[in-house]
Amino acid sequence: MTTNSDEQRQPLDLAAARQQLREKKGKDYWRSLNELANSPEFEKVIEQEYPRQASLLGTLNRRDFLKVLGASLALAGLTACVPQGSDKILPYVKPPEVLLPGKPVLFASTVLQDGYGQGVLITTTMGRPIKVDGNPKHPATLGGSDVFMQALPLELYDPERLKQVMNQKTAKTWGDFTNALGSLSGNWGQGAGLRILSGMTTSPSLIDQMGALLKKYPQAKWVQFSPVARNNSLAGANLVFGQPYEPVYDFSKADVILSLDCDFLFAEPGHVRYGRDFGVRRQPISANGTMNRLYMIEGSSTMTGSNADHRLAVKPSQIEGFARAIAARLGLAVTAPTGDVAGQPWLDALTADLKSAGKGALVLAGERQPAAVHALAYAINQALGAVGNTVNFIAPVAQGYAGDGYTALKTLAQEMSSGAVDTLVILDSNPAYTAPADLDFVKAMGKVKNVITLANAMDETAVLSSWAIPAAHSMESWGDARAFDGTISIIQPTIEPLYGGKSALELIAALLGQPVARGYDLLRTYWQGQLKGGDFALTWRDLLGKGVIADTASAPIASLPTATLNGMGALPAAASGMEIVFEPDYTVWDGRFTNNAWLQELPKPLSKLTWDNAAYLSPATATKLAITDGDMLILHVGERNMQAAASIQPGQPDDVVVLSLGYGRKEGGSVLANSGFNANLIRTSAAPWFQSGLQVTKGREKYTLATTHEHWTMENRDLVRSTDLEDYKAHPNFAHDGEEQAITLYGQEERTGYAWGMSINLNSCIGCNACVIACQSENNIPTVGKDQVIRGREMHWIRIDRYYKGSANRPRFVYQPVPCMHCEKAPCEVVCPVEATSHSAEGINEMTYNRCVGTRYCANNCPYKVRRFNFYKYVDENVASMRALRNPDVTARSRGVMEKCTYCVQRVNEARIQAEAEGRPIADGEVQTACQVACPTQAIVFGNINDANSTVRKLKDLPLNYGLLADLGTQPRTTYVAQVKNPNPMIKEEA
Amino acid sequence: MPPIFSSRSNTFVRVSIVVGLIAITAIVGYLVWWTHSSTFNQVGVKVPQPVPFPHNFHVAVLGLNCRYCHTGVDKAAFADLPPTETCMSCHSQIATNDPALAPVRDSWKTGKPIAWNKVYQVPDYVYFNHQAHVGKGVACETCHGRVDQMTTAVKANAMYMSFCVDCHRDPAQYVRPRANVYDMGYKPDGDQHKIGEKLVKDYAILPPTQLMNCSICHR
Amino acid sequence: MEILEQTPIIEPGHTSLSVTSAIADVPLTPIRRTPVGWIAGLLLAFAIMMALLYAVGALFIEGIGVWGVNAPVGWAFAIVNFVWWIGIGHAGTLISAILLLLRQDWRTSINRFAEAMTLFAVANAALFPILHLGRPWLFFYLMPYPNSMGLWPQFRSPLVWDVFAITTYALVSLLFWYMGLVPDLATMRDRAKNIWAKRIYALASLGWRGSARHWSHYLSLYLLMAALATPLVISVHSIVGMDFAYGLVPGWHSTIFPPYFVAGAVFSGFAMVLTLLIPLRAAFHWKDFITARHLENMAKVMLSMGLVVAYGYLMEIFNAFYSGDIFERANTLDRFTGFYSPLFWGLIAANVVIPQLLWFKGVRRNVLVLFVISLIVNVGMWLERFVIIVQSLSKDFLPSSWHIYLPTIYDILTYVGTLGLFLTLLFLFLRVLPAISIFEMRELVHETGHHNAVAVENATDGKAQVYPAKPTKKEADTAKGGR
Repeated sequence: MTTNSDEQRQPLDLAAARQQLREKKGKDYWRSLNELANSPEFEKVIEQEYPRQASLLGTLNRRDFLKVLGASLALAGLTACVPQGSDKILPYVKPPEVLLPGKPVLFASTVLQDGYGQGVLITTTMGRPIKVDGNPKHPATLGGSDVFMQALPLELYDPERLKQVMNQKTAKTWGDFTNALGSLSGNWGQGAGLRILSGMTTSPSLIDQMGALLKKYPQAKWVQFSPVARNNSLAGANLVFGQPYEPVYDFSKADVILSLDCDFLFAEPGHVRYGRDFGVRRQPISANGTMNRLYMIEGSSTMTGSNADHRLAVKPSQIEGFARAIAARLGLAVTAPTGDVAGQPWLDALTADLKSAGKGALVLAGERQPAAVHALAYAINQALGAVGNTVNFIAPVAQGYAGDGYTALKTLAQEMSSGAVDTLVILDSNPAYTAPADLDFVKAMGKVKNVITLANAMDETAVLSSWAIPAAHSMESWGDARAFDGTISIIQPTIEPLYGGKSALELIAALLGQPVARGYDLLRTYWQGQLKGGDFALTWRDLLGKGVIADTASAPIASLPTATLNGMGALPAAASGMEIVFEPDYTVWDGRFTNNAWLQELPKPLSKLTWDNAAYLSPATATKLAITDGDMLILHVGERNMQAAASIQPGQPDDVVVLSLGYGRKEGGSVLANSGFNANLIRTSAAPWFQSGLQVTKGREKYTLATTHEHWTMENRDLVRSTDLEDYKAHPNFAHDGEEQAITLYGQEERTGYAWGMSINLNSCIGCNACVIACQSENNIPTVGKDQVIRGREMHWIRIDRYYKGSANRPRFVYQPVPCMHCEKAPCEVVCPVEATSHSAEGINEMTYNRCVGTRYCANNCPYKVRRFNFYKYVDENVASMRALRNPDVTARSRGVMEKCTYCVQRVNEARIQAEAEGRPIADGEVQTACQVACPTQAIVFGNINDANSTVRKLKDLPLNYGLLADLGTQPRTTYVAQVKNPNPMIKEEA
Repeated sequence: MPPIFSSRSNTFVRVSIVVGLIAITAIVGYLVWWTHSSTFNQVGVKVPQPVPFPHNFHVAVLGLNCRYCHTGVDKAAFADLPPTETCMSCHSQIATNDPALAPVRDSWKTGKPIAWNKVYQVPDYVYFNHQAHVGKGVACETCHGRVDQMTTAVKANAMYMSFCVDCHRDPAQYVRPRANVYDMGYKPDGDQHKIGEKLVKDYAILPPTQLMNCSICHR
Repeated sequence: MEILEQTPIIEPGHTSLSVTSAIADVPLTPIRRTPVGWIAGLLLAFAIMMALLYAVGALFIEGIGVWGVNAPVGWAFAIVNFVWWIGIGHAGTLISAILLLLRQDWRTSINRFAEAMTLFAVANAALFPILHLGRPWLFFYLMPYPNSMGLWPQFRSPLVWDVFAITTYALVSLLFWYMGLVPDLATMRDRAKNIWAKRIYALASLGWRGSARHWSHYLSLYLLMAALATPLVISVHSIVGMDFAYGLVPGWHSTIFPPYFVAGAVFSGFAMVLTLLIPLRAAFHWKDFITARHLENMAKVMLSMGLVVAYGYLMEIFNAFYSGDIFERANTLDRFTGFYSPLFWGLIAANVVIPQLLWFKGVRRNVLVLFVISLIVNVGMWLERFVIIVQSLSKDFLPSSWHIYLPTIYDILTYVGTLGLFLTLLFLFLRVLPAISIFEMRELVHETGHHNAVAVENATDGKAQVYPAKPTKKEADTAKGGR
């Protein structure tokens, strides 16, 4: 609890607070609540009025304030989305033709990740968008998704979004703003003092508008900056091809992959698609051709690295040397380091492997590596003939962007502090937080007279801006975007802006003097101009239906020049001492998702850390520095330093401290409050990704980190069964070695009709967590806050277990998603005294919340520990927007009730009812669980195991299929496809 | 030493035992009766509505089909209430300035929906699907009673779980031909149970072993 | 019987009269003369009980979350306390019923008290199954009764068996105890000076006149009740044991549990009787009735039961390795070396090692040492339940979900509070009811051959009584002791 010093201020009572709030109009409602909630005297009031909440203040996080407030005051603003109170029904006056009350409606749309478009299908019920999944027609997703996509609904309904136009912390209207803008733009003249700073922008219509703006104000400048933009990739292309071309990879054709610090399963644009193609080629009994092989040499332990056949963790600065050595062995004209490089034992075998793969080889470099390494990668690909096969080069998707984000931002900062800038417009960017420390951007902002920010919340930038305009969420606004391969898709709204937010299109239009232009018209007129011929009305309709504009993928650069490595420069001196390494965070990216509780509570793929980032060190490094988990460290880089809590992680490179971006934020919500450590404090525009000369000193105090997975090894229990391809060919049955057939005293029921079952393919699972959030979103799973996670009370229905094999220094990683196993002989069922958990005729282990009295006997007796208990009232029933977020087909669980994975029984029932109405059986693949739909690699398959032709049945008939802890005789309905790795026999991994 | 209690106290004790037993049974009995009384479960109790919609007139006299207003009943889980548009489709010509219909006309003018009061309140953990029932020959009348004899709708039964379960244990007692689902006062021609058995087969109604699964209604 | 050569079970020189007054005068002390020690004790106990009130209040307002329980450790203090109290509640019925049937007449001077203790212990135990529910207000879902849902409980679940086992046990113990009280209540009625006391005792004594007919009916019924109560002693804790044996959890899943839980229960029950009687017999000068013999016999029972329990431990460990089940083995090793190993070794010391001292007569005869040992055993038995429940849950099948449990302040207050409740009830009992069965003591006096005045007693018709004008010396000071 925050205890501010200003105790003198006399406490206001809740009655007064209510009064004060009633006077305000609906829209500005929540902001005022936040202000109140943050004031100490208000906390006192809460303690008086709500003893339960008060005593929890210590244990649950600030979200609960908003709960309480919602309870005490009826909400304005959102009444459109929520029932008026349980005893009334409000039918339509005129019914909309698409909508049949109670039936969900799907919209094809697009969401942005750092500017790149990802095609999605948005599920809405009763006019409320509640679920986001990939659009199978869209090349970037093919129906798969990632955690950020899945977590968007919570972002949309976040009660802490900016609710109205703010001018110097006072509430204004859009009208006020446009008036002010009118007088402001009057003295822009040629626009010498006008600057626009945006995140990565691929939207054709927006770029077109920017063009118009820059035409109107020729001396104005537009800067694109994003901390995780594709800078080095483009710069590398510039080095070898003389043009900043953008690489696009095709993993479906890649047989041998060498990743130079490239986390392509997470950090690259198009990672969802890459995951799918990569996964398809990971199958020992592969659909097309042979199983691929992944070599990974990396500067931190990444999700991609954890899926590699050969993995080597080194200081990031050592990777260039390695890349040069490979290039040299392939006969490219580079100065290779004399003597051994990191990964020396690989070199011969690896080069041989790449050579033999030829055009089937793929070498990629990660954004963290300097342009030189990218250049080498491109050159090697070209030399191997892979270009045009596994990798293609296209014009930058962010049209006109040359990969100079950091330098551009630096110049902008200089201009600003020199006073040359009088108006700065900021779109989809939070530079006050994300800008590297050396730019001192906050100070520079102080020098700018007018800062206009289009903001989602009152974040670090918005609070410093003269005008903060509420941004319309991508689910509320019209727009368009290009995908990683250039494909264009449309963004269409699924709900009216909840708080009257504006889109970037609308704001720029206002700058162009059209204050009332609607995003829809702007977009439609633009495309009317683009798509000539035919009846536009029809094209437009069809286009909205598909969500994708057919064959707009950028054509590969024809006649690509032969790579020249002259510009590479000399081999950099091998850096000694420790290095600080940065990475985009696996749950909050660069900080834009830090106020999203779903993502905050999502365990990171490898560290299983929640609600914080931490300074990762390898066990060896930790021992060397005498550091233990949770020690506060002081990290000195150059003249800057910061504090961060230590977390020891096997698999991290030695002499390296890895820190992820996006934490330690100060403004913009209650969920992000005091979580993690701000890496930008020691990050510089010169070396944004890694830097040597790190000094680590151990602080005095300790810090508690909340992890969901405290144990590392499998204790020699055959939980995850895996072997190498060679061995698998010799013993295809290895997954069942030493398995005992459990006998049962109960009879074996005959299961006719549908028998629902699930198969999880451990060869495909990359540990990306998309399933976890998808499940949370589908099944109304609450978040519980850091303290409760520490007490082991997280609520996820599906979790991804992560184990380390081998030594702590060179571990191999395995992932195992664990939902409810829906055991045929479920131990939980017989012990429940009230039959709140029971077995359905179709083999689903049902959980009936309203019958549950909460003995927790079932959870004790569940060997898989998949049952989750509501120790407190976690569900948020008070905040209207949180109610609007809820899936109406799933009951919200209250305090004292057990819950767990239901195989999305609501979807099964819906399908059964439909099928019966149409008098047909449920088709294979008609029922898909939320986790299955979300999985980018299709690792999860659900279906009827009584149907001999169903996909799930075929998987279960494989020799690789095995049941987790099947020896116990639980007869799980969820089974696993054992993992087969494909290491190079020529390389002996020392354990 | 004098006796502490007079000899009459013995009788008193004996009587009080009997009385006590009677009292207990009475209290228990009362509670059971109370939970089944209309004051408790609101069965047959008039629910005030913004417009006193006479079901009896529209159904019995005009012979409107239930689906004319409750459009969702055979297509979705939610039977739905008629949009103002539906009312106005007739009442723009008929009874155009009947004071009782003022709320409808206002709603049409202002575009503000009419706030009807719910008659049947199913708890949020119960997922009843009208489409599934209507499609399998469970009649409106079976749960909602003789709507054709009501003015504004009143609850026809308490909707206790035992009521649902009774049918889910043996649907044959209640199902009728799809053709008669919307009929009021339908009488089976012949033995309901024989007819029921046949319909259960014809409509492929799930067996009790499945209809009695918790997840059929609770998710 | 050879025991006759040993120390007697009642000191010589007692007449039925002296016995009667020595016991009956304690509750009959006039309010103004209530001993200060008693008042202080009650107030203390009551204060501790308030901790329970506070903890349970918090529990009901906020939810189970106030306790330290988590996933995977879904059961902890609540269930540990439940098993512990139920265990303690075994001595009473065992002593009164089984020893009665076995004609162990040394039981007479302790059975009343042991039964009372049983009742109070069971009352405490019965709290926890309800407190530990996530939604305690729905506890009645566990009872079979015709309801508007058309549902019944799940009879395969041991928790439902518990409901029946505990309620039956509580009810029978109560009846048995009250049965035993009736003749004494009559005596109290006759001796009471205060008219209200007289009336209340009269009402409670159901018009007992001690006629021969009364006695013959009474004794047969008493035997019958004893026979009825005996199987319950076994059944209750067997079923409690099954709560765990029925589970899949390594460390629970073992057929040995029921018998070994019963033995443990008797073990802890006798330990508790000793813990309470030793100070009381000093406080109320009952050394004549609760003689060294009693203590020694109880010590012997404790020793034997302790050995059975030790055997149970041994078998558990043996089976863990003999079965070759990797999970059982891992669990046992974790008990030896893991996070909770100090508690494990603690319970081994308390329940297995230290009780071996009872082999020595010297130890059995040394009241103080006996008292300390009985305390240690009580603690040890609590630890045993804690290790079985918490340690087993904290490390089961999937290492990914391993998580330790630590109690919160609310866990601790709830436990301590029940001790307060127990003591409060005990103090009230001592104040208003004869803590030793008077009529059975009279019999004893009779049997052990002090004939004087017995005739008078038997002739008692409950109305008039003739007492010698001048009390004997022994009477005098026992009476003083009562004050």
